[in-house]
Amino acid sequence: MALKDKIEEIKKDLVESQVWKAIFRHGYEDTPRNRVLMVTANVWMHLHPAKVRRHGVRMRFTWCMGGLTFLMFLMTVITGIYLMFYYRPVAEYAYADMKYLEFDMPFGMLMRNMHRWAAHAMVVFVWLHMFRVFLTGSYKPPREFNWIVGVLLLVLTLLLSFTGYLLPWDQLSIWAVTVGSNMARASPLLGHEGPFHEFVGANPIYDARAFLFGGGEIGPHTLLRFYILHCIFIPLVASLLMAVHFWRIRRDGFSGPSL
Amino acid sequence: MAEVAQERKRPIDDKVHTWPHLVRAEFLVTIFVVVVLTLWALLLDAPLEEPANPTRTPNPSKAPWYFLGLQEMLVYFDPWHAGVVLPTFIIIGLMVIPFIDINPAGNGYYTFKDRKYEILTFFFGFHILWVSMIIIGTFFRGPGWNLFWPWEHWDPHKVVALTNVDLPYLVGIRNQTLSILFGIFCVVVYFIVGVGLFYKWVVRVKGQEFMERWGPVRFGITAFLIVTMLALPVKMFLRLALNVKYILATKYINI
Ligand code: HEM
Repeated sequence: MALKDKIEEIKKDLVESQVWKAIFRHGYEDTPRNRVLMVTANVWMHLHPAKVRRHGVRMRFTWCMGGLTFLMFLMTVITGIYLMFYYRPVAEYAYADMKYLEFDMPFGMLMRNMHRWAAHAMVVFVWLHMFRVFLTGSYKPPREFNWIVGVLLLVLTLLLSFTGYLLPWDQLSIWAVTVGSNMARASPLLGHEGPFHEFVGANPIYDARAFLFGGGEIGPHTLLRFYILHCIFIPLVASLLMAVHFWRIRRDGFSGPSL
Repeated sequence: MAEVAQERKRPIDDKVHTWPHLVRAEFLVTIFVVVVLTLWALLLDAPLEEPANPTRTPNPSKAPWYFLGLQEMLVYFDPWHAGVVLPTFIIIGLMVIPFIDINPAGNGYYTFKDRKYEILTFFFGFHILWVSMIIIGTFFRGPGWNLFWPWEHWDPHKVVALTNVDLPYLVGIRNQTLSILFGIFCVVVYFIVGVGLFYKWVVRVKGQEFMERWGPVRFGITAFLIVTMLALPVKMFLRLALNVKYILATKYINI
């Protein structure tokens, strides 16, 4: 008790000191009205409702997984912008730029590592998030549509990771992407190794995979294509869908046991 | 009496202010995860191998780990099934979940008791099939996509007898037309029997009344997806136990 009083006293002295008042003018009064205003009057905070049900705050309900997926997305955006300053999506330079980034740029290696591991974590978190939403049955009416938006986000998350995999332009990346896109080659009608391809005249330089690669084999065009998909197109679409996702969470109401 | 009714009608207010309760939790978790991520990035470097060389194919060439489930399915299915048809079914299958699951229980809270079969199905598809295929693809596949124990030396010259044959051949059919007919027969029977068994099972476990509420469209989609999903373990078994390559082998379609 005595200690607590002492701390209160020090706090009071501090807050009422001339220096403090010069900086902050007046304090934040902890009233219900102010608590609501903190959320509704702030463009970032008002992603949240002003009040949430008690169970929704608990970590054992959400496992924090949706939020952490979003956090990982933000981390990859921030570190990715840093990487973009030094990386040129041109076959002659890409690999050298990776080396340059690793050995010469301040924090280059750290940024690259964080970008890579955050991307992996995002894949794992989005799976766990889906699992949690399944277990709490949160896709049931009225949230069916948001589950569909979620599935699209899941696919986009995988595609984001996959397109980024090519950019270091090393042995690991071109061969992983070669194997990963063989399916386009095998797709029916549109792939030159798929069934019925004769009927549309698909061939190695004119089929679904060639469209993705910008040529019959992985090459400089593929690098540029994947770079644009990875840095502009997919993040843009994913951001739009996330906006829809978050909007629908607010509109449909957060799930929870009926009262 | 009147008082009790009044009490019931008043909604229970179990809400708390987002600020500070939720924002505080988000803030702390964010800091914690960012610190862990930073430490992880400081301790472990992202891989960077030799420069890309289109003339030197590494053996094995592996897709990124989250796609290794699909690459592993290539062992058991035709490329366009493993790479195009089944992934499409996975995505569509996930999207239709809210529409085929008409069980009102367990909306917004954890329960196993009220949703046993839904949860077990999801668990089977996600954890048993998808995750275990990724684990096999990551840790147990070496050169030539052959099976290796994680501690085993990756011998690129490992000799593996190619003894796989198509099912019609295994049962002694040598004529090509007969083989195709037999293959089609087997696939059709698999689906009819599978869907039929599923129907009987649903009626037995959930009752005729449930089946009527569920309706033929929901039942049909669910049955098809489940029987298709089960084709993976069935084909794994046929391959590993009987060395069966395809059940139906034609110029266009291999199943
Ligand atoms: C980029 C990927 C995703 C992001 C950033 C994201 C983000 C979020 C966030 C922040 C929430 C709030 C609650 C929570 O944290 O659990 C949420 C809820 C939800 N998410 Fe996602 N999500 C993503 C992918 C998915 C996927 C793959 C699914 C399902 C297939 C999904 C379905 C849902 C549903 C139905 C809700 C409402 C849950 C409820 O009311 O209890 N989301 N999401």
